[in-house]
Amino acid sequence: MSASLETAVHPENLRRVVIDPVSRVEGHGKVTILLDDKNKVHQVRLHIVEFRGFEKFIQGRPYWEVPVMVQRLCGICPVSHHLAASKALDHIVGAIHLTPTAEKMRRLMHYGQILQSHALHFFHLSSPDLLFGFDSDMSKRNIIGVAEKHPDTAKRGILLRKFGQEVIRHTAGKRIHGTGAVPGGVNKSLSIAERDELLNDIYQIVSWSRDAVHLVKDMHHQNPELYNSFGSFRANYMSIVGLDGGMDLYHGQLRGRDESGNIIFDGVDYQNYSQLIAEEVKNWSYMKFPYLKSLGTEKGWYRVGPLSRVQNCDFISTPLAEVERRDFAAFSGVMPMHAPLGYHWARMIEMLHAAEMIKELLHDDDIMGDDLMAKGERGNEGVGVIEAPRGTLIHHYRVDENDLVTMCNLIVSTTHNNQAMNEAVRRVAQQYLQGHEVTEGLLNHIEVAIRAFDPCLSCATHALGKMPLQVELLNGAGEQLSTMSRSNNGSICAEV
Amino acid sequence: MDNTFTLDGKSIPYSEGQTIIQAAIAAGEYIPHLCFNPEFKPHGSCKLCTVKANGRQTASCTQQPQPGMVVESDTKELNDERRVLLQMLFVEGNHFCPSCEKSGNCQLQATAYELEMMSPHFDQFFPDRPVDATHSEYLLDFNRCILCSLCVRASRDVDGKNVFALSGRGIKSHLIVNAKSGNLVDTDFSGDDKAAHVCPVGVIIKKRVGFAIPIGRRTFDEHPISATPHPIVKGA
Ligand code: SF4
Ligand code: FES
Repeated sequence: MSASLETAVHPENLRRVVIDPVSRVEGHGKVTILLDDKNKVHQVRLHIVEFRGFEKFIQGRPYWEVPVMVQRLCGICPVSHHLAASKALDHIVGAIHLTPTAEKMRRLMHYGQILQSHALHFFHLSSPDLLFGFDSDMSKRNIIGVAEKHPDTAKRGILLRKFGQEVIRHTAGKRIHGTGAVPGGVNKSLSIAERDELLNDIYQIVSWSRDAVHLVKDMHHQNPELYNSFGSFRANYMSIVGLDGGMDLYHGQLRGRDESGNIIFDGVDYQNYSQLIAEEVKNWSYMKFPYLKSLGTEKGWYRVGPLSRVQNCDFISTPLAEVERRDFAAFSGVMPMHAPLGYHWARMIEMLHAAEMIKELLHDDDIMGDDLMAKGERGNEGVGVIEAPRGTLIHHYRVDENDLVTMCNLIVSTTHNNQAMNEAVRRVAQQYLQGHEVTEGLLNHIEVAIRAFDPCLSCATHALGKMPLQVELLNGAGEQLSTMSRSNNGSICAEV
Repeated sequence: MDNTFTLDGKSIPYSEGQTIIQAAIAAGEYIPHLCFNPEFKPHGSCKLCTVKANGRQTASCTQQPQPGMVVESDTKELNDERRVLLQMLFVEGNHFCPSCEKSGNCQLQATAYELEMMSPHFDQFFPDRPVDATHSEYLLDFNRCILCSLCVRASRDVDGKNVFALSGRGIKSHLIVNAKSGNLVDTDFSGDDKAAHVCPVGVIIKKRVGFAIPIGRRTFDEHPISATPHPIVKGA
């Protein structure tokens, strides 16, 4: 139903509401809504200006530079790009199997990133909406407000994130833009002192992560009506899963399911991703729309990220997260959960899994080993896929005989979720905006839906509530008749 | 070594034929420099080593001291000027430190840290300088060349090969490879050459090494450049 809101039949003479935040590290996002004079919603679009210049920029550069350079792509999850690029370039140096130390160090880095990213997203960006309500007092609806009202929750959020960053620092050398992974392996392992430092805190981190899962779980149980229906739409979903079908965020094979949870494809080697996925271009959006080739553009779009992963795997290998996964599955019943707010719950289950994995790895002596590099027959093409905090991340490179990159293709998590986020925004517009005067609180509902996906412009969409906002009333010729603008304090004033 | 001069008030002994910077280095004192390398004849082009000797500015890598000479180096005035020189070097080339494999081992970067250069200040030139990846073992990334001519001197004076040369004048000057094709692969350059190991920045790069040395164990992670003993450039 909401798909019909992609393009209005008669866009002329509709009011245009634009939610337009300033540009961010990885892109720029805005929402446009066309309303008629009865506030009936006719068209809703989420536009994200994706930064694609990188794929050109990297051409002609030596391949060994790429895993470090590619981190410039995104200030939010540089480690994911670092690892996906390294995995792709392992194929160039013929390192199909890494040494145990290298593989485990990279995993440790990745789980550190999952932990810090999920903690940041939940505690800093989303908990204000969830704890205070979507249209609560805007001046309190932020992390400062959380710190005042729920000081322990806020403090744990900060410490969980900090721990994840420390894991990254010890594995990559720096908290941001480190160099730990190199094509063929890693450049360092942990010293005993580094391992012990992390071991000191990890039990606390696991326990706080479990509390965080319970916090979201309780929200769902207390208000199932809201949590199940808010912006909900049915979709296919995809992720990599481990070779044994269990959750594996670092490595595995591609698996996709339809909206009822039936498997569409499974065990797909991601080196062949381009046979599975294509990207559609739409004239109103800079960001492409990926879809499964077998199902076509109409039916083939899918969702990625925590909500997909927790329901796509057969089990989670770590015990505490597995208990939570089962609870989650029991709550949603026979059908998969499609509600965007379920992302938060799934995200916290993953955070717990990451914490447990870090604990496991810290007890494994391989992470202090000194066999760091593997190599084999030189290749000239490689694909690296990783489950980044926000979803499946694909890096694909070709390298010439002089070691220079000749081709680069990236499909980032936020792009996979392009259609899904648009669907969520349209659903919310129908559920909440339809027939109502537009208020800041109502517009925040739109942002809550976008935020659930944790798109890479997450900071942007969060700050959005404070961004100037314009509503335009246009006449049939597209001329502006009046404007309505929202100031920083949320008050709306009209000018004719 | 009977003669002495003073450097920022400290007495520095020197022997006949030594330059100010040579005597300073021998005495464990640091004067910022880029085109000077104790193993080679001075070139005197970067001017980073400029000091005031008896009140007059001069390049300390070419100037010989006189008995009792009063040399000032670590002063605000001189360091301000050095910082401007560094900023000009940064904007003339393409120096993207965060993704450069020479980061942490680069003398330009280390000197900029030493002199507390906080930003490039000037507009970036963003010159278009494709890399030369034709050689199987070495890569030339001209984006980072600061025209210090150390590779030119090493190839000519030590290797007896003349693989490199500086060409053009002023803002147009650039490093070239002496081959008809202009490509490194068509020269007799080898990884055993002295020239392969003298570049103070990240132009002459051994291939497929990349970021093998972790952060924390690179040359200037251990000491700032002012406390790093010569030879600063260790064999790649
Ligand atoms: S390549 Fe290196 S050594 Fe040669 S002139 Fe340029 S900066 Fe100096
Ligand atoms: S070091 Fe003296 S001029 Fe460059």
